[in-house]
Amino acid sequence: MLEINCPYCGKRAQKEFTYAGDAGAERPNLETGTNQDWFEFVYLRNNPRGLHDELWHHSAGCRRLIKVRRDVVTHEIIDTGAPSDSLSTGAS
Amino acid sequence: MQKYSIFSLARNALTSHKNWGEAWRNPDPKQEYDVIIIGAGGHGLATAYYLAKNHGITNVAVLEKGYLGGGNTGRNTTIVRANYLLPENELFYEHSLKLWEGLSQDLNFNVMFSQRGVINLAHTDAQVDAHQRRGNAMILNGADGVWLNKHEVKARAPLLDISDRARFPIKGGLLQPRAGTARHDAVAWGFARGADARGVDIIQNCEVTGIDIENGGVVGVQTSRGAIKAKKIGTAVAGHTGHIAAMAEMRLPIESHVLQAMVSEPVKPCLDTVVTSGATHTYISQSDKGELVMGGDLDLYNSYAQRGNFPRIEEVVASVISMFPAFSRLRLMRTWGGVMDMSMDGSPIITKTDINGFYINGGWCYGGFKATPGSGWVYAHTIANDTPHKLNEGFALNRFEHGYMIDEEGSGATPNAH
Repeated sequence: MLEINCPYCGKRAQKEFTYAGDAGAERPNLETGTNQDWFEFVYLRNNPRGLHDELWHHSAGCRRLIKVRRDVVTHEIIDTGAPSDSLSTGAS
Repeated sequence: MQKYSIFSLARNALTSHKNWGEAWRNPDPKQEYDVIIIGAGGHGLATAYYLAKNHGITNVAVLEKGYLGGGNTGRNTTIVRANYLLPENELFYEHSLKLWEGLSQDLNFNVMFSQRGVINLAHTDAQVDAHQRRGNAMILNGADGVWLNKHEVKARAPLLDISDRARFPIKGGLLQPRAGTARHDAVAWGFARGADARGVDIIQNCEVTGIDIENGGVVGVQTSRGAIKAKKIGTAVAGHTGHIAAMAEMRLPIESHVLQAMVSEPVKPCLDTVVTSGATHTYISQSDKGELVMGGDLDLYNSYAQRGNFPRIEEVVASVISMFPAFSRLRLMRTWGGVMDMSMDGSPIITKTDINGFYINGGWCYGGFKATPGSGWVYAHTIANDTPHKLNEGFALNRFEHGYMIDEEGSGATPNAH
């Protein structure tokens, strides 16, 4: 089971969380976004085989969205934070 | 190719089966091919087989990073069915099911296709309506479907709990009698043998590391065994389509997720059909070795790892036991995972692309195995003619941009919800 460090609650089991998708998809500006921008936001994903930034909803905890940087090959969690945080790359 | 028959069996019995020839060669890659298929799983090998058989294109290489059939072809729960609502899906999977029915004879290789029927259980009145509507759609599209009340379901799967005390009471089920299971490895081996006999080179331990593109068209691939040229390149790499597409600088409407499957210890025959549940999204059948083969939902988060996590195993087992209380005494013997291409509408993508000579076959979500012969059939047509077969016109990559989604579940652009 993944152990996810919620920035608000501390380390919690994966079962408390609901996956909420790619954190890299950026919603276009409502006034200026083009059809192509919206298509890319809704449908296209980088889907990397490596580090992936994603949103998890702490649905059985504080009920806030958090951002998780995770290696999708090893399932190792590199860093977590609030959705607006910049996360560590894990290289040290 | 040495033809397999009762006579070849008897002849080889005389020499204690020590002189069977190899079923396929193990060639070194040539410098150039007419077509390169990336991925020697069921779909890639079927594509090569039908390129040779239906279209006369035999200067073909199938490149495999590991060993033949070692990816999702060897990891699925072996269910073959064509019980879809939407016409694009139903017509395509029904064509595939028809190919399954003649596959052992066509390949001269026993794929052990067993038409034991697939029952999709309904647990609420709304599901009864939806299943009956889907059954009617199947029949209208030329497939077979039969509605069973709960007592008819019980007659086919006596260990099911059909009482009102069940966690998800069973109201009935949609049966597809011609559906069933097949021996998954044999499908890869049969297509490999048939393709090899027609001149296709199957090159194992040859990982594609780059795709060479010049003037908007492919010219070859870089691999762990050197550069190989080809004017047409098709991917058939299950959960790694996004990874290969990135080599051609494409982003796809796909996320890769891990799906687990598991088997119990082997027991005597107790389930001679396939049971799937509309409430718990669990599917279960019994293998010829006696193991109960089970699967359920994805782990639901992006993953390229061929292994999953314990919470999902627990949920699958709990769901199975809620339907079949007798199975609670069995021990779980083995679990494993495979990487799925989850597309944005839950339907596959079999398509040419904006890059000349580059073709994509992916986005199979939970259901690639049953499509193996049909997928190879239409993909070979698409590659040979540079235009889709009428059965995969709807599975084009540009359907997302233009709003022609084939969303069987109606769950929208959330890949893990399909």
